Amino acid sequence: MAIGGDVLLEVSGVWKSFEGHPVLRGLDMHVTAHQVTALIGASGSGKSTLLRCINALIPVDAGDIVLDGSIAITAIDADIDQIRRTVGIVFQSFNLFPHMSVLDNIALAPRKVLGQTRDQATDSALQLLDRFGLRSKSGEYPDRLSGGQAQRVAIMRALAMQPQLMLFDEITSALDPLLVDEVLDVVRELKQSGLTIVMATHEMQFASEVADQVCFVREGIVWERGAPQDLFMSPQREETQQFLARMHR
Amino acid sequence: MAFLAPPPGSEIPFADPRRVRALQKRARRNALTGVGSLLAFVAIIAVVLTHTPGWPVVQDTFFNAQQFTSTFPDLLSAFMLNVQIFITAEPLILILGLAVAMGRTLHAPIFLPIRVVCMVYVDVFRGVPTILVIFLLGFGVPALRLQGVPNGAVFWGTAALVLSYGAYVAEVFRAGIASVHPSQTMASRSLGLSAWQTNRYVVLPQAVRNVLPPLLNDFISLQKDTALVAVLGPVEVLRQAQIDSSSSFNYTPYVGAAIIFIALTIPMTRLADWVQTRSNRQRRQQAVN
Repeated sequence: MAIGGDVLLEVSGVWKSFEGHPVLRGLDMHVTAHQVTALIGASGSGKSTLLRCINALIPVDAGDIVLDGSIAITAIDADIDQIRRTVGIVFQSFNLFPHMSVLDNIALAPRKVLGQTRDQATDSALQLLDRFGLRSKSGEYPDRLSGGQAQRVAIMRALAMQPQLMLFDEITSALDPLLVDEVLDVVRELKQSGLTIVMATHEMQFASEVADQVCFVREGIVWERGAPQDLFMSPQREETQQFLARMHR
Repeated sequence: MAFLAPPPGSEIPFADPRRVRALQKRARRNALTGVGSLLAFVAIIAVVLTHTPGWPVVQDTFFNAQQFTSTFPDLLSAFMLNVQIFITAEPLILILGLAVAMGRTLHAPIFLPIRVVCMVYVDVFRGVPTILVIFLLGFGVPALRLQGVPNGAVFWGTAALVLSYGAYVAEVFRAGIASVHPSQTMASRSLGLSAWQTNRYVVLPQAVRNVLPPLLNDFISLQKDTALVAVLGPVEVLRQAQIDSSSSFNYTPYVGAAIIFIALTIPMTRLADWVQTRSNRQRRQQAVN
C-alpha cells in the first residue's frame, strides 16, 4: 500500500457482469480509514456498480470485498443487514421517501433498524439538521426541497445510521450548478470529522481538493491510482491523460 | 390612459383592466352559448321522443308515476340490504386484497406455499364470473348442512362478493406496489431496513396512495354487484323491484331501482374523479422535483 494507515476496505479481484456484459473485471482497491477516495472515470466504467457491490445492493460474480479486516461483504451467507448498517450510500437521484417529512426520512432507519426510540431518533435527526443548516425544513416534505437541500437530507439520512464507511455515487451530478457547492460543503465537513468516504464523482476540482487517493476507473478495473496531485498533475498512463484532458476541456 | 400601471419591477401583480373586462365578457358569452345550446338540444330530444307514436306505451310501461310513487318506498327500504352487504363486504375486501398482494411479494423460500396459495386464489377468482361464485357458495355450502356454519343467503352472497372482489383488489394493490420506483426499495434496503420493513414503511404507503382512484372504481362496481345476491332469494332492491313489477306487469319499479343505484354511484364516481385529478397533480409536482 502506497498510502499509510489502517485499511478499512479491501476490494480484490471483483468481477460483475450484467447480461453477459462484464462491467467490473477483477477490480482491486484499498481504502484507508478516515480518508477520502475519489473514483473518477467515464460513465459506464463501473464506478456505480462498484459502490453498489460494496453496499451489498448487488451480488458480485467473483472476488472479495472485506470491511474492517473481518466483515466479508461478498460471502454467500454474509449478514447483509449488518453490512448495510456499517456502510452508508447516497445516490445521484436522492431517493428520499416522498410520503415522509424530512425528519421522518432521517429518523426512520435509526428507529426501525437500530431500535432507537422515537425521541432518541428525533433528537439525533434534529442535531444533524442543525449541523447542516436545514433545521427549518424538518417538517417539510421532499417535494418542497430544492435539489441541493434534498441531497443534503439524503446524506443526513445515511449519516443517521452512523456508518463506518460512506459511499457517494455522483451525488452532485443531478444538481443545478448553483446548488453543487452546498452539497460539497457537507462532504468537506464529513472529511473534517474523520469519516471514511468513497465517492464516484465528475467534479475533478473537488476531487483534487478533498481526496487523499484518486482512482481512475476504466473498463472495470482501477487503471491508475495515486494522490490527487500526482494523478491529476502527472498521470502515468496515456488513457488517464486522455480522460483528464477531456474533462478539463 | 384611464388607468395607471405600476412601475416596472413592482411587487404587486398587475393586469390591464381593459383586457380583464374583455376576457370576462368573452367568458360570459361562452357560458350563455353553452347553456342555450344544451337547453335547445334537450328540448328537441324531448319533443321528438314524446311525439313518437309508441311513446304513450313506453311512458306507461317504464315511467308510470302512480306505479313509481307506490313502489319507491319499498324499493328504498329493500335497498338497505344492499347497503348492508356493501358496507360489510368493502372492508373485508380491502383486508383480503392487501393480504394477498403482500403475500405475493414474500420471496423467502419458506413462504413459497403462501405465494402459491395467493397466486392460485387470484387466478381462480378472477377467472370465474362473480355470479357463478354466488351460486356455488349460496346454494352449494348450505346444501352440505355443515354444523356451526351459517346457512343464510345474505351471508354466503356477501362471502362470494368478498372472494370475487378480493382477487381484483389484490391485483390493484399489486399494480400499486409495482408502481413504486425500485430506487425507493434500494434506498430503503441500503439503510439496513429489511424487506418486510421496506414494504411496510416505504413501498405500501406510496402504493396505496397511487391506487386510490382504481380502488374507488372497484367499489363503485361492487355497489352495483350487490344486486347479484338477489339470485339467492333475499329481498334486496332488485328482488323487490322484480316482485313489484311481476304483480303489476309494469317495469317502472326496475327504473326506480336503477335510479337508487345511480343516486349512490354518481357521488362515488365524482369522488373517484376528484381523487384521480388530485393524485395526478401531486405526481406532476413530484415529477418536477
